[in-house]
Amino acid sequence: MIPKTLFKKANNELEHIGRTVYEDFVEATQTCPQCGFELTATELKDNHEVCTKCGHHFRMNARQRIELIADKDSFTELFADMESVNILSFPGYDEKLRSSRAKSGEREGVVVGEASVGGRRCVMFVMESQFMMGSMGSVVGEKVALAFERATREGLPVLGFTVSGGARMQEGIVSLMQMAKTSGAVKLHSDAGLLYIAVLTDPTTGGVSASFAMEGDIILAEPGALICFAGPRVIEQTIRKKLPKDFQTAEVLLEHGFVDAIAPRNIQKEMLANLLALHEKEESE
Amino acid sequence: MSAAYERVQAARAKGRPTSVDYINNIFTNFQELHGDRRFGDDGAIVAGIGRLSDMPVTIIAQEKGQTTKEKIARNFGSPNPEGYRKALRLMKQAEKFRRPVICFVDTSGAYPGLGAEERGQAEAIAENLMEMMTLRTPIISVLVGEGGSGGALALAVSDEVWMMENSIYSVISPEGCASILWRDAKKVKEASECLRLTAEDLYSLGVIERIIPESGRDFTAAYMNLRTWLKKALDDRAGLSPEELIEKRYQRFRKFGSVSIQNEVD
Ligand SMILES: [Zn+2]
Repeated sequence: MIPKTLFKKANNELEHIGRTVYEDFVEATQTCPQCGFELTATELKDNHEVCTKCGHHFRMNARQRIELIADKDSFTELFADMESVNILSFPGYDEKLRSSRAKSGEREGVVVGEASVGGRRCVMFVMESQFMMGSMGSVVGEKVALAFERATREGLPVLGFTVSGGARMQEGIVSLMQMAKTSGAVKLHSDAGLLYIAVLTDPTTGGVSASFAMEGDIILAEPGALICFAGPRVIEQTIRKKLPKDFQTAEVLLEHGFVDAIAPRNIQKEMLANLLALHEKEESE
Repeated sequence: MSAAYERVQAARAKGRPTSVDYINNIFTNFQELHGDRRFGDDGAIVAGIGRLSDMPVTIIAQEKGQTTKEKIARNFGSPNPEGYRKALRLMKQAEKFRRPVICFVDTSGAYPGLGAEERGQAEAIAENLMEMMTLRTPIISVLVGEGGSGGALALAVSDEVWMMENSIYSVISPEGCASILWRDAKKVKEASECLRLTAEDLYSLGVIERIIPESGRDFTAAYMNLRTWLKKALDDRAGLSPEELIEKRYQRFRKFGSVSIQNEVD
């Protein structure tokens, strides 16, 4: 169910070496895949990883996201000490975990914490594409479940940012069980009358889209994000036809009624703060 | 020949009983109920009400079909969103009338098609996972052939999950795993071993409660055993309040996963 392309290695070693050699002299640039415009790393960073010319949303890492959304210095990280275990002794998984830790600077594929957004407290979880494309193994499932359980206990809303290639094959059936575990935690949070806003970012697919990503009371999506259960390549192989262009983008899901609104980064925090404010309960005593 | 891959082939073998055989041999007075009341009726899921001995139960099953004609009508057991929504509608109905739910799982996966995506395959599965977790009536799921990924799990968030001896349950097909991880579809045997997808594997991982023995092509004894064990499992739960039932179900799934806690903070 997971399209091959999501597991493509993003950078080769040559590219990496090139960067370290030249970065003192020439700033690295990236070409916008949508309009072809060349953007420097600084330009991109200053514009929250959005193309200054056409508005294309590049991927953003979890720490950048927290900086964009949480009120200044309000984020306190939780459950940061968890790492994955190669439960099935799956070949190559230990090395993959090590290289993903090095590449992302994170212990696992999701960062969880408490923060305030527009002055209102919430529990936040932010998935990290640099860590095995946000695939859901035991640690991702556990941290997301703990996030919801904590929010339920404390009566807080949850703000979740998803990015995921789907299940983590190297954890086999245990990875699949995380879908049920997280969905249960979302349901108990929901039954307690609490708000969960999911923000789907590029790409949100497979086991994550078929569990907590699609379980928000309110589901927002970033412009152009690929959101699907089965990836385009799997579908094309099944139906033996080319898919229409942009078939599974956020905008198409909006049209079909599966997301509530598109949330561009320049107004994303404002939208979230407003929604949190609209759900604030009046003091009962 | 890899032992795990033999199981994969057995689970998919032509002539193996499919869910409809289980329904016909275990229950009486079965009345099929169709449609999701939203879009259509999905042939990949057969559902209805019948009796387990005296007890009325709701039965929801993924059905692959036996003949070519049936297989096409059943979309080879790969449900579309309306199949999962039909299943949920009948689970809610079972809850209302306080009937237990018995699910039979047999699918290579939820259908990866154009219409399925447009009608929200991910949302349909996600909703079942959530709603099953707090359904106020007992649910038992039995994997009879293939249990493929989220499409199988959407009928298996249950109080107990059982597997037929020659069924498999996996996060991804061995073919998909081999081609994604090793870019080599021929490594399917190796993938079958690595994924730990046999009934014995899942039992030892604590993901299922029971393995139903098979003896060759004669399933008479298997059906009888299943009837007995299903009755017992439901009788055991008769004294539980819905709240107790839900708490046990949540804890059943809550425990899955293995993490290591790193004390040093960097
Ligand atoms: Zn651009």
